This record gives sequence, C-alpha cells and structure tokens, in this order.
Amino acid sequence: MGDVLRHAWVIARKDLLLEFRSRTAFLSAAVFTALVLTVFNFGRDPTAVATIDLAPSILWITFIFAAMLALNRAFQLELENQALEGLLVAPISRRSIYWAKLIANLMFVSVVEAIGLPLFVLFFNVPIGNVLVPLVGLIVLATVGFVAVGTLFSAMVIRTRFAELMLPVLLLPFLIPPLIGAVQVTAALFAGRPLSEVEGWLRLLAAFDMCFVTLATLLFPATVNE
Amino acid sequence: MTLIQKGRVVSLVGLVLLGAVYVRALAFTPTEATQGLAQKIYYIHVPAAVWAETSMILIGLASIFFLFLGDPRLDRFAEASAQVGAVFAAVVLTTGPIWGKPIWGTWWTWDARLTLTLLLFFIYLGYLVMRGAVTDVGLRARYSAVLGICGLLLVPFIHFSVLMFRTLHPQPIVLKPSAPSLPGVMLVTLLLSFGVFTILYIGFVMQTYALALAHEAGSDG
Repeated sequence: MGDVLRHAWVIARKDLLLEFRSRTAFLSAAVFTALVLTVFNFGRDPTAVATIDLAPSILWITFIFAAMLALNRAFQLELENQALEGLLVAPISRRSIYWAKLIANLMFVSVVEAIGLPLFVLFFNVPIGNVLVPLVGLIVLATVGFVAVGTLFSAMVIRTRFAELMLPVLLLPFLIPPLIGAVQVTAALFAGRPLSEVEGWLRLLAAFDMCFVTLATLLFPATVNE
Repeated sequence: MTLIQKGRVVSLVGLVLLGAVYVRALAFTPTEATQGLAQKIYYIHVPAAVWAETSMILIGLASIFFLFLGDPRLDRFAEASAQVGAVFAAVVLTTGPIWGKPIWGTWWTWDARLTLTLLLFFIYLGYLVMRGAVTDVGLRARYSAVLGICGLLLVPFIHFSVLMFRTLHPQPIVLKPSAPSLPGVMLVTLLLSFGVFTILYIGFVMQTYALALAHEAGSDG
C-alpha cells in the first residue's frame, strides 16, 4: 500500500505540474464555474423565489458540472503521444495509476471549488461565515464520491466515440445519491439546523465514498489491461 | 431449432399466457374496492418492476464472473439482460403514470420507487449506449463488466437515498415481513403474472443473446 501511494503521488504530481504550467485547463474550469453561477442568477425569477431556497442546488449543480469538465480531461492528457502506454509499461501497479488520477482530479476539482465557493457567496449573498468548517467538510466528502466514480469512468470513455458526451451520460445517475445527500446537508447548514438532523445523509455520503473508492480501485485494472 | 427460434417460441408462449392472465385478471379476479379498474394494471406493473430490478442484479453478477472467468457468454448474457431490463423498466415507467393519474391525481411524482426505476432505466440506457460506442469486442466486454458491477452497487445507494425522502407509493403488500395482505384470488393472479413475466424475460433474453451472437459472427466474417 505504501508503494502504491508513493507511485500514485509521483504521477499525480506530474499531472498537476503539467496543469499548473499550462494553466489552460484550470483557467477554463474556473471561468466555466463563474459562468454557470452567473447563468443561474438569470435562470430564476428573483421576485418569486428567495435565493437562500435555491442556494444549495445552485452550489451543487455548479460543482457537479465543473467536476465533469475536469474529469473529462484526466485521461485525455494521456492519449497524446500514447502516454498511457508509457504509464502502463512502467513498473508500477495499475492501482497506483488509479490513485494518481484520483488524487490529481481531487486537487483539480478542489481548486475549482475553492474559486467557486467565494464567488457563490458573493453572487448570491449567502452568509456561510458560521458554517464554513462543516460546509468545507461536506464539500470534501461529496467531492471524493463524485471524483472516485468519475475517474474510473473517464478512463473508459476516452476510448469510446463521443467521449465528452459519454461521461455525463454514464456518470450522472451515479452522482444522484451523493447529490441528494449534499443538497440536504447544505440546506440544513444554511438554515442553521443542527448537523444531527442530517446524520443519515452524512452516513450515506461516507458510505458512498468508501464503497466506490474501494470498488473503483479494484475495477480500474480491468479498464486498462491490454 | 436455433437459439433465436427457441427464444421466439418461448416469448410467444409468454405473450399468449399474458393474454390468459389478463382474461383471469379482468373477468375472474375481483375489482379492488377503492381503486376500481385502475388496479388491474398492477398485474403488469409489479412483475415488470421485479424483473427490471432482478435483471440489473443478474447483469452485476454476470459482470463479476466475467472479470474472473473472461467467458464471452457471460458478457453476451449481460448485454441481452440489459436490453430486456431496459424494456421492462420502460414498461414500469409507462404503466405507473397510467395508474398514477386516476389514483394519485398526477402522472409523475418524485417518489422513492419512481425515482429508483427512472434511474435504473438511465443506468440501462447508459450501459447500452456505452456498448454501442466501443468497437473493440474485448474492450467492450471489460468496460461493460465494470459498469455492470458499479450499477449493481449503485442500486442500494439509490434505494436508501430516495427512501429518505418521504414516499407516496403504496407499500409492498406481498413481499414484506408479515403475511401478504393481498386477497388470495388477487395474489394467485399476481403470481401467475409473475410466472408469465419470467417466461417473457427468458424468451426475450434468448432472442437478444442469439442476436448478439449473430452480430459477432457477422462482424468477424
């Protein structure tokens, strides 16, 4: 396990370094997030519905779309110059490749979310000051679930036709349970209700994360074996 | 007799028996007191729902065994089962609103069971669309197996998450911890219908399996 994580970190670092140097992906994902938030503002009737009622959905739908965008490029990177073949012949286990992509995607999505959250607060005037710590914890919990499944699927869709369309079609049904949980907990946080009220949802999110990280780690080798 | 012909015979027997079950349901089974004739759709709706879910479980199991054994028959079965499962889910999603409109007063509601069936339908569609988008046979089989196993694990998660929303759907009256509360005559009709849907499932799977086989032979030669 130590080796798996060490190798994973080396590859993840390589991926992130590439992203930070080129900056195109980060920049476009951040701009995309800001745009989705802006679009949401005009996609509602401001006099009819209070912002606070829509806020949890706006936040999570924005994050889901941004994550999808990030996930699409995770393996796209490796298609150029057959870089994936290079990774596969390297003396490392397939599982460390999955963990590498998982870590890199988590970092990527976290950065985008870190940009999106303050913009969300600014645009929709949602006071999150006193729930910031549990909210960030919730975002981490839900993001791990999204990205764990998404990383596995993105490894498959790159070799299908219409890859960009295929990922959301396969992934969105899988994001529904964590999405429901995340929205419910966020609504409770914004309304100032205690976390004990939504304990069931937090358990569901944690169980989803554990089950799908484990399953994806086990199944990933089957998606890349020649 | 080839597999596809056998499948046709089984399916035809199933369809004839389905007609017979409906003769029994309409003429020889009492009409439900409060729901009236609308309840008669129950004998299609419930067996189709049971097979739509069972089919996903069978795909998941076939996928697990496929990854260990690599037997292409398991992959073909999973594909056939996904096609039939998608059709049965569509039947459930069509008959449900037809019953829901007179009884609930609405075609659709985001109730636990409805959401579960809808998402099941989406998983089937995603599975089938993905199969169509991969050209390499070996790759397609492995990808499908991965997706099938993930789908199997997802179903209980959807179940829990949608049940935590309040549910409007009638609670199970047959498969529940206490004795079935469905009157005996209706229960017999339901069980007969369930038997018929089992025959239909087998017949349809045989046909789609044979088609997958023919497709493979065609693309090889």
